[in-house]
Amino acid sequence: MTRALALLLLAAALAAPQEHSYTQADIEHGARLYQSSCAGCHGPNGDMVPGIELHRGQFRRATNDTEIMRIIQSGIPGTTMPPSSFSDAQAGAIVAYLRTAAPASGPGREGVSVARGDAAKGKSLYDGKGQCGSCHRVNGEGPRLAPDLSDVGTVRPASELRQKLVDPDALVRPGNRFVDAVTKSGAKISGRLLNHDTFTVQLLDSNERLVSLSKSDLKEFTFVKSSPMPSYRDKLSAGELDDVVAYLVSLKGFRP
Amino acid sequence: MTLGRRVARGFGGVARGSGPAILALLATVAAQAQQVTFDRILHADREPQNWLTYSGSLFSHRHSLLTQITPSNVKNLELQWVFQTRGPAEPVEKFEATPLVVDGVMYTVLAPNHVVALDAATGRMFWMYSPRLSPLARVCCGRINRGLAILGDTLFMGTIDGHLIAIDAKVGRPVWDVALSKPELGYSLTVAPLVIKDKVLVGPAGGEYGIRGFIAAFDAKTGKEVWRFNTVPGPGEVGHETWPPNSDAWEHGGGSIWVTGSYDPDLNLVYFGTGNPGPDWNADPRPGDNLYTDSVVALNADTGQLKWHYQFTPHDEFDYDSTQVPVLADIQWQGRPRKVMLWANRNGFWYALDRASGEFLRGKPFVRVNWAEGIDDKGMPKRVLNATPEGTLVYPNNQGATNWYSPSYSPRTGFFYIPTWMDTSSTYTKGPAEYKAGNQYTGRFPTMPVPPLRTGPGNVNTRTPQEGWGAIQAFDAKSGELRWQFKMSDVTDSGVLSTASDLVFAGGREGYFFALDARTGELLWKGNIGGQVSAGPMSYAVNGRQHVAIAAGSALFVYALRQ
Ligand code: HEC
Ligand code: HEC
Repeated sequence: MTRALALLLLAAALAAPQEHSYTQADIEHGARLYQSSCAGCHGPNGDMVPGIELHRGQFRRATNDTEIMRIIQSGIPGTTMPPSSFSDAQAGAIVAYLRTAAPASGPGREGVSVARGDAAKGKSLYDGKGQCGSCHRVNGEGPRLAPDLSDVGTVRPASELRQKLVDPDALVRPGNRFVDAVTKSGAKISGRLLNHDTFTVQLLDSNERLVSLSKSDLKEFTFVKSSPMPSYRDKLSAGELDDVVAYLVSLKGFRP
Repeated sequence: MTLGRRVARGFGGVARGSGPAILALLATVAAQAQQVTFDRILHADREPQNWLTYSGSLFSHRHSLLTQITPSNVKNLELQWVFQTRGPAEPVEKFEATPLVVDGVMYTVLAPNHVVALDAATGRMFWMYSPRLSPLARVCCGRINRGLAILGDTLFMGTIDGHLIAIDAKVGRPVWDVALSKPELGYSLTVAPLVIKDKVLVGPAGGEYGIRGFIAAFDAKTGKEVWRFNTVPGPGEVGHETWPPNSDAWEHGGGSIWVTGSYDPDLNLVYFGTGNPGPDWNADPRPGDNLYTDSVVALNADTGQLKWHYQFTPHDEFDYDSTQVPVLADIQWQGRPRKVMLWANRNGFWYALDRASGEFLRGKPFVRVNWAEGIDDKGMPKRVLNATPEGTLVYPNNQGATNWYSPSYSPRTGFFYIPTWMDTSSTYTKGPAEYKAGNQYTGRFPTMPVPPLRTGPGNVNTRTPQEGWGAIQAFDAKSGELRWQFKMSDVTDSGVLSTASDLVFAGGREGYFFALDARTGELLWKGNIGGQVSAGPMSYAVNGRQHVAIAAGSALFVYALRQ
């Protein structure tokens, strides 16, 4: 393992949700989301709701970045602050924007670092050496069983993307869990779990079929413990990982 | 029953029509229409076709004496009607109200405070009343309401901006309207009021806003306040010594009221559970036990004087409100009849107390609990965990082992039915808390794998069982033994209804409404109603047919046997 990679891994291991490592693209993306979804109420400078100055880190309730993200996602019940369907990374991007727009010494302000890497090189690694496209789908191309990465740049910050590449078992989002089912007649069905309840299971099976099963027809129903994704820890160099991350970060959504 | 229906139609005619025939009808109606006297509420068991108070009876069993729907025919349940509210306009608001049914007319509340009177047989609306609400109202967890009370022909509703309103049950117009306090300070009313004799009892929610809680009784005729019991005692009052001296912590000490209490007429005691101390998750400003937060208080129904109290979680740091419905049961206790109170608490233990004296009889965990190693003989929890700046992992989670979801007690089975969140945890990280009028006064919000509130559209669950699941659990009230457990993949915010034909009805976040065998927990029937159940089921009869009603998502669903 190279020294640079070891350092990277250390950084990745330390990357708790509280740590803020945003790319410039994250911040720009956050700014766009803010202008389209928040500025209407909070104003372009974040100071239109009395007692709150979003860009200056002056809050009535939120005491840290995680709480701001939670408020963005859940809203504040009983007030006009609405819930949203923003992912963690989208909410994170808005926070990145708010934090970088703030003057240097806002309360609760933490350091923001920017990732490096060449997205174009990353794309060739994605298509070539990494063979990512054999499992993933981007902008309408590729299989569907593994998560579609078309907007992964808005869903995850760079630090998490890097960690996924070297340690796939970490940070699996609930929507990306895989299950194995065995019916009473012995048929095996595996796939990505879409939903389940007391009586039924919905999944996308290995043949990309939408399958709904009755739990009472199943002999076994188990969550797959490890991620089906291989680790690129020993397959890509530190520089190559940077490039792939830069490519992933550039994926900001696809609308046909 | 049929009489009730005719009365209801008669009023429809009166509202529209005129002339001598109508006047004659009016006269008969006036003679026949029965007022809901307190005696009727007290003896609700004499008229199981009606549902006259939040939990069905003042003992709060949520147990229906109707027996038309049975374990053998429940599979023939059929949807009779659905009442849709305003759809996704207020996506976070849950439909938490239990309807009342009086002689064929159903009364309920749509979030936040729209009162409706419906024909209980068809779901057609007689009237709707929507008070104008202050835009300053502040509520922690949704602009919701849990229901109404009735006395005579007047309905009573608390509003999210802290008013208690008396409403004419015939025409849906306000009779009187009193403000309990200032909405901008976070005082709100979400509780279904409790009518005792000639008084209406309520108290404010707002435990996340640094309120000082109380239970107040209002004259049902005039709205005049008759008595008030402060759930956080002031200087000179007994219990004040459980708050730090030379500090105004008590003024923002919480002890909110947001779930309806119970009443024992022989003892003339009214019982209410109280909410968390403020601030919720940082107890530094309030060393001491913080009475009477997280407690049950037994008050003289005429004067509001405290007879006894029992505190479930002294000096709480985990938001374990004791705002559950007090279930009053008369059972054999160690060989002799005893007046007990059964209580499944948010803190993970379920209790039996002597409800005459407040004596602690038993406290047992009903979920995975790690903050206390049990309850000692005197009823004190043996606490082992506190919130820390680094974060403490605590079972059960912040939403609790159970919460406002109504439990049920069946005198036939002797079982106590508890809607439960199993294996849930939260990480509590001590953070700053400073009181600023109208702002949240809580400390740092804990983290948890199960969302505390339903957020976003749809009901997708891709969680593993280790991240929490739900159950309806049945415990033998006498022995304390677990009798059965009905397991669900997701947690449940639903109440439980038991019936005298040994059925149990409940639902969950997954959007199912189901019937279980009250003795075995076996699933007998289920319907997918497609929205989170956050209310308690209830049962009534109209035109001789038993109905079961449940609110889910933003609609009310009503079932009866296929004809
Ligand atoms: C419909 C109007 C509206 C929109 C849209 C809106 N907000 Fe808000 N927001 C409010 C109001 C009003 C409050 C204050 C609520 C209160 O405490 O009474 C608030 C509160 C907040 C808070 C809490 C601040 C504190 O004091 O702790 C944050 C953070 C926030 N908003 C961020 C956002 C972001 C980011 C967006 C865009 C994704 C957004 N809001 C969109 C109206 C809005
Ligand atoms: C053998 C199939 C396979 C290959 C090859 C593969 N992945 Fe994955 N990947 C998955 C699966 C399945 C998941 C979902 C489970 C998880 O999160 O670990 C996943 C998850 C991810 C995630 C997280 C997505 C999210 O929404 O959280 C990223 C990012 C990712 N892969 C990127 C890559 C990249 C880049 C490559 C190539 C260098 C690659 N994957 C190669 C199967 C694969």
